[in-house]
Amino acid sequence: MSTEIRPTPRPRRLGDILLEFLGSMNLAISLLVVIGIASAIGTVLKQNEPYNNYKIKFGDFWFEVFRSLDLYDIYGSNWFLLLLGFLLLSTSVCVARNAPRMLHEMRTFRFNVQEKSLRAFHHHDEWHSHAPHAELVEAATALMGHAGYRVKGDRDGAVTTLAGLRGMAGRIGYILSHTAIVVICLGGLLDGNIPLKLAEFSGELKPELRDMPANEVPAISTLGTDNHSFRGSVSIPEGARANFVFLQLRDGYLKQELPFTVALQDFRIEHYSTGMPKSFESDLIIYDDQNPDAEPLHQTIRVNHPLIYNGYAIYQSSFSDGGSKLKLAAWSFDAPEAEPFIIDSAVNRSVDLETPRGDRRLELTEFKAFNIFPLPEGDPSGKKHRNYGPSITFKVRRPNGTAFEYQNYMLPIEQDGARYYLTGMRATPSDQFGFLHLPLDRKGSLERFMHFLARVHDRERLNAAIANETSSAVGDERAEQVNGAIAHLAELFLDQGIDALIAEMEEKVEPEQRQAALDAYIKVIQGVFGTLYLEVLEEEGIDLSQDVTAADTRFFDDSMTALSTLAPYGSPFYLELKSFEQVEASGLQITKSPGKDIVYLGSALLIAGIFFMFYLHPRKLWLRIVPDGDGSRLLLAGNSVRNHADFDAEFDKLRAQLRRASGAGDLGATADERGTAV
Amino acid sequence: MSVTQEYLAQALNQPAWYQRLGAYDWLFGLFVLIGVGYAYSDFRHLMDAYEVGILFASGAGLIAFGWFWKPMRGLTIAVALLSLAAIGLYGDELARGEQNFFLKFLISSQSAIMWMSALYVLATLTYWFALAIRSDFAGRTATAMTWCATTMGWVGLMVRWRESYLISHDVGHIPVSNLYEVFILFALITAMLYLHYERRYANRNLGAFVLTVVSAAVAFLLWYTFDRGAHEIQPLVPALQSYWMKIHVPANFVGYGAFALAAMIGVAYLLVERRPEGFLGRAMPTLTQMDDLMYKSIALGFAFFTIATVLGAMWAAEAWGGYWSWDPKETWALIVWLNYAAWLHLRLTKGWRGKPLAWWAIVGLFVTLFAFVGVNMFLSGLHSYGTL
Ligand code: HEM
Repeated sequence: MSTEIRPTPRPRRLGDILLEFLGSMNLAISLLVVIGIASAIGTVLKQNEPYNNYKIKFGDFWFEVFRSLDLYDIYGSNWFLLLLGFLLLSTSVCVARNAPRMLHEMRTFRFNVQEKSLRAFHHHDEWHSHAPHAELVEAATALMGHAGYRVKGDRDGAVTTLAGLRGMAGRIGYILSHTAIVVICLGGLLDGNIPLKLAEFSGELKPELRDMPANEVPAISTLGTDNHSFRGSVSIPEGARANFVFLQLRDGYLKQELPFTVALQDFRIEHYSTGMPKSFESDLIIYDDQNPDAEPLHQTIRVNHPLIYNGYAIYQSSFSDGGSKLKLAAWSFDAPEAEPFIIDSAVNRSVDLETPRGDRRLELTEFKAFNIFPLPEGDPSGKKHRNYGPSITFKVRRPNGTAFEYQNYMLPIEQDGARYYLTGMRATPSDQFGFLHLPLDRKGSLERFMHFLARVHDRERLNAAIANETSSAVGDERAEQVNGAIAHLAELFLDQGIDALIAEMEEKVEPEQRQAALDAYIKVIQGVFGTLYLEVLEEEGIDLSQDVTAADTRFFDDSMTALSTLAPYGSPFYLELKSFEQVEASGLQITKSPGKDIVYLGSALLIAGIFFMFYLHPRKLWLRIVPDGDGSRLLLAGNSVRNHADFDAEFDKLRAQLRRASGAGDLGATADERGTAV
Repeated sequence: MSVTQEYLAQALNQPAWYQRLGAYDWLFGLFVLIGVGYAYSDFRHLMDAYEVGILFASGAGLIAFGWFWKPMRGLTIAVALLSLAAIGLYGDELARGEQNFFLKFLISSQSAIMWMSALYVLATLTYWFALAIRSDFAGRTATAMTWCATTMGWVGLMVRWRESYLISHDVGHIPVSNLYEVFILFALITAMLYLHYERRYANRNLGAFVLTVVSAAVAFLLWYTFDRGAHEIQPLVPALQSYWMKIHVPANFVGYGAFALAAMIGVAYLLVERRPEGFLGRAMPTLTQMDDLMYKSIALGFAFFTIATVLGAMWAAEAWGGYWSWDPKETWALIVWLNYAAWLHLRLTKGWRGKPLAWWAIVGLFVTLFAFVGVNMFLSGLHSYGTL
């Protein structure tokens, strides 16, 4: 290459060696690959989950190993930052070392190249012309200029050397794009978490791990308004306000104070017919806390349309329940005759209850105003979706801390003319809800089911019904034994469910007789419970001398089904949603990122640089015209940094033109002969 | 003897680029302008300022593209006329798609996409056949089929755009919003990049390789349609309702398409490299040409991928409140980008050529594929609307 300027060797110092290493291509390429791999790890292992999830997944030992490697927060870890730092240094050194040379090369026309060097170029040609020297210079200058070269000539005695440069802006491309990498990294660092890390390291800052109201977060977990860059979020219920956001930090959080207060006046959400959110927006009022007399700013924001306020950006990012008020009726399964217990509470609150089974904490976690699900293809209604109405989700926590989660629908669902309350239960959040259908009576109430429940739990009535069923006289010892066994099974059925009944059969009865025995027991239990059910109907004033209606028969079957799963259902009560008053909360993300514009600037430089690099190829041409006998000898040579294939064609064309213009006739030489003098 | 003045005059007097444009070029320009003008006057009220900007920029881009790559003119006109025909036949009733013969069997979006799929697969087979028996005629047939498939694919997308508005006004959106739609885009762009180089290098035999990857995309598309019903037009979640989608996604797919092209050239390169004078070697472009093509393709892909990633970051800043969140999709875009940056450096600064880079380009396609499909399949994140 033409840029070989060899410095005289001198003893290498450590600084030189270090610079050499940092600017080396091998380091650069290794960094690109290593950063790529590290980033990939961070996508496979979900980042910044609650630490407990990792513990469950990996076990205590690996949990600790991975934690010490910072694998749960790779992108914020010291070693990852170090890698990026190296890339930054490496690129800076690279630019610093190459840019001056490249800038110089772009502007410099070199005339004093030896003919030997020119002939050594892959692209060169030499021929003879009779045309006058001046005309040759003029023609060649014109042709080279026409081909896109900047041309300068130099006359040294009788010899003229023309030098042409083209596409040298490709060099600028290198400088732009590589400087851009540095700029982007710097911008990113400015928005990064290094100051937080330092503050944490020096003990000034400690993430809070406990759930608590914002105003109780201690000072050591609070960042003042002087923090220059952050990205946090806060959920504001309608009608409420906040002057802080929370920043997530590993398994804890920090509270970031804001110099202004955001009040949520109204939150609106629209849905598609599928129930999917179509748009949501918040009417905000922003009060400047530093300047209380200033007129507050009213502004509506929505997704993709944030508000930029004094260097802070306020985004609509999510929505949730802001504590909808709920009026609930708890129907106790243990005291079914009692009036349901009325609870007035709200989402995100919990209520401590005393139940016959011990203390329970009711945690109200979610309210949904509607539930839209697809209907099966060809539903008679002709619709594709159906709205199942409002629902609540809650947990019932036992004193030992374990809890089942429930989902109850406010409106009864209708199946083939009968109506039910639908209530789902699951033991862990990863399970699907299993649903229990509680049948409703003619008034649309749980009353009849509860009466029936009361009766089957009443020991005396149950025994009477059993005696009635087996039509045994009191005092008959053998019959009492049988009755006792039936009572035991009935209780097993009620207290532990149908599965317990089957399990007991499997234990006691030989496999061959099992099915028959089970059928017999179920028949007896059906009979006993049927008797009790008839008593309930009678109490309601239904005339039993007529046949029991199909609806009432079905109610009995449904009740039996419900009873058989009431035990595993686990909750001591059914929670009926009586009424609600929805309060929504808007999830805002508030950021301050002074590095953003720097990153954008870097990105613009990067794109411009890349296009310059790819589509402007630095090329150089030399034409030396030397008096020779009665004419001149012309030596043409060219060099392209890359895209040799394209340069081949370009060089050939120019060579042919120069030859013809100089009267040397059409190009005789083929590519293989290139370089042989004519 | 002096410099031959008349030759010089002739050599220097070559017409400027605009003087070299023919009547067809000007007509084409006019055609696009009318289209843009019509879209502007009719749909102005539906667009924000950015979208108007995008409309005009795409018009100008299309004209420039047609002038630079001549076959683009015919493609544009054919796609426009067929799409307009479909839109006309639909009127404002989606149900006509089932009633009208032409819509049902030819140019409703679903039919057009099926035609595209069938034609790409046929073209692939024909390219292989042409390569095997060295038939120029078969080769030209394959090229023609690829053009037809590409036309039908674009018609499918255009008509789908309209259909989405026919479903309901608030459902309407440009069809680059989910995995199904972008897979079509991927097949189209890869095929078009190939067609461009096919003409430029006057060699059809790479088609067998490149169209194989297009056919693989089609196979996925068909599975996705029939097994998952992915062809149903779905409304957009709020985060996607933005003009950014219109530029971010297409830019990305120029990148993916170019990377796929490079990888398939890499495969061809490796096969030829083993026996340059073998049956395959004699039919293919030279190793140097393929090496060069691989570089050009990756360079183009890298440039567009860079743009797409930057646009993505800007969009993220507007939709999610941060230009970079280390969301899996973002991170994988970075990985793809770093990977090709390493590739380019190896070639340009370390002077690597040929075999190792061909292997690297092939591995690169898998990295790219993971970024494009794998992330949606295996990892969850903010981009989760693209899930399988
Ligand atoms: C994230 C980091 C980097 C990226 C994305 C990047 C990107 C690029 C790209 C796209 C090219 C152009 C390839 C082409 O023209 O086809 C290039 C060329 C080059 N890069 Fe980098 N680069 C990075 C870091 C570095 C570093 C650290 C060095 C120094 C050791 C370096 C040295 C070079 C050199 C010398 C060239 C050739 C320039 C030329 O011949 O015009 N790059 N780089």
